[in-house]
Amino acid sequence: MSPISRGFVGRRQPVEASSRVPSGQYVTRDFPVLSAGPTPHTPLDEWSFTISGQVGEPASWTWEEFLALPSETPTVDIHCVTKWTKLDTTWKGVSVDTLLEAANTEAPYLTAWSDGGYTTNLALEDVTDGKAWVAYEFGGEPLDSEHGGPARLLVPRLYFWKSAKWVRGLTLTPDDEPGFWETYGYHNHGDPWLEQRYQGD
Amino acid sequence: MDALDGNAIAGALVDHFGHEMTMAEMRCSHCESTSLMAELRVYTKAPGVVARCPACDEVVMVIVDVRGVERVDMSHMEMVTPA
Amino acid sequence: MAGTALPRRLSWQLGRVVEVVDETPQTKSIVLDVPGWQGHRAGQHVDVRLTAEDGYQAERSYSISSAPEDPHVVLTVERLDDGEVSPYLTDVLMPGDELELRGPIGGYFVWEEPLGGPLLLIAGGSGVAPFRAILRHWSAAHSSAPTRLLYSSRSLADLIYRRELLDGVYHGVEVRIALTREWPDDWQGHRGRIGDELLQQVAWVPSEHPLVYICGPTGFVEAAAQSLVAEGHDPRRVRTERFGPTGT
Repeated sequence: MSPISRGFVGRRQPVEASSRVPSGQYVTRDFPVLSAGPTPHTPLDEWSFTISGQVGEPASWTWEEFLALPSETPTVDIHCVTKWTKLDTTWKGVSVDTLLEAANTEAPYLTAWSDGGYTTNLALEDVTDGKAWVAYEFGGEPLDSEHGGPARLLVPRLYFWKSAKWVRGLTLTPDDEPGFWETYGYHNHGDPWLEQRYQGD
Repeated sequence: MDALDGNAIAGALVDHFGHEMTMAEMRCSHCESTSLMAELRVYTKAPGVVARCPACDEVVMVIVDVRGVERVDMSHMEMVTPA
Repeated sequence: MAGTALPRRLSWQLGRVVEVVDETPQTKSIVLDVPGWQGHRAGQHVDVRLTAEDGYQAERSYSISSAPEDPHVVLTVERLDDGEVSPYLTDVLMPGDELELRGPIGGYFVWEEPLGGPLLLIAGGSGVAPFRAILRHWSAAHSSAPTRLLYSSRSLADLIYRRELLDGVYHGVEVRIALTREWPDDWQGHRGRIGDELLQQVAWVPSEHPLVYICGPTGFVEAAAQSLVAEGHDPRRVRTERFGPTGT
């Protein structure tokens, strides 16, 4: 056990609303930027969002088409596996239910994939019934590229590595296929309320 | 987000290999180019540390602390100088 | 027991703060006594680890800014406003406090007298820290390698080691300063960011095969390295160390 550094507390703040903060997390007012690689910069006229894989009807939208879809403005708490929690974050985006409406799928799983090669796996039931969005605004402003803009997946009920930045599509799959962090040891499901940080938790 | 370089993970590499590694040369499995470990592009602000090939930017090494045990995955590189 | 070639595992050691020196409003040098310190090479760094009462830990790397010949281990720390470790080191740490560290670490970004020169050191902001170790070692070892330091800083007030550098403490080293945001009216050094032209002025020609070390924020380091390589310098003789954000 290391000796205590006199007076060191770190960036953490006392937990004010503990029923909203999962075990092992601390509340932050910042919005830390985490990344596994360089920030992609896909021009909007080359951007598209695609639903594919085990679906009856694949679908794809250009940026203009995407912005024309019905949107929602969820306010949610987000929890990063690196232990920070940010309360009451505000977003604007398209519900994944809307995106899957015409897809006609019964595939139990999907992989979200992004510019730059990042992937993460999810169960269909984790992203339907109002639980997930593809968001393009944060805090009333267009989503910053370092936070995943032009658009990122937003799945607040799971650890935030599942909310893939720079998302470009969802591929429906019959099996649960580990994505980037899952392959390196992070949990396939990632429920912060069960502290599912690593495989086997 | 700007990458750091292999100097930023020099301590972690010593921990794992038992000796100084920044001068060791590796070959990227994606593009076959060689570089020193010190020259890797390293992203440390993440759920783990991700090191990318400076030539092609593909992932060559990932370090994740799983329940207190550091796992170093080097499946996308091979050491040219023996580790 | 100096001079053994056995590889050592790094273990955490406890240093005791001897002095905290104000370098600039944002930067301090922390002078440490580290019992059992086995020495280091100029350019190496240490990992510093802080532990809170509940066991929470945070770890960061800092270049050693003292020479191997100096009596204490010195770390120069720039306070990042949104940092977690640097504000503790610059605002809270006091003489008498203990600091957990491990090192020395690094074999790539190292200069030792036998390597010779010509030697070109290019620093952006707090990237100058490892170069103080190199310059002090250069002096202590009575090196005759022609050496130049090109150092970019926002202003005179932000110039780390200002006294040492401007007073010419390192006799024989050519020191060139670029101030990027503000400068005195009678400023004789470079005004504005370091660009290709200034680099070419300060660097030796590629045929002289200088050893080049560049340290600072990623963008600064990459721009300087690319410029020199484009001029014909051997990339294998250009060593880089990227820091996180710092004031250039």
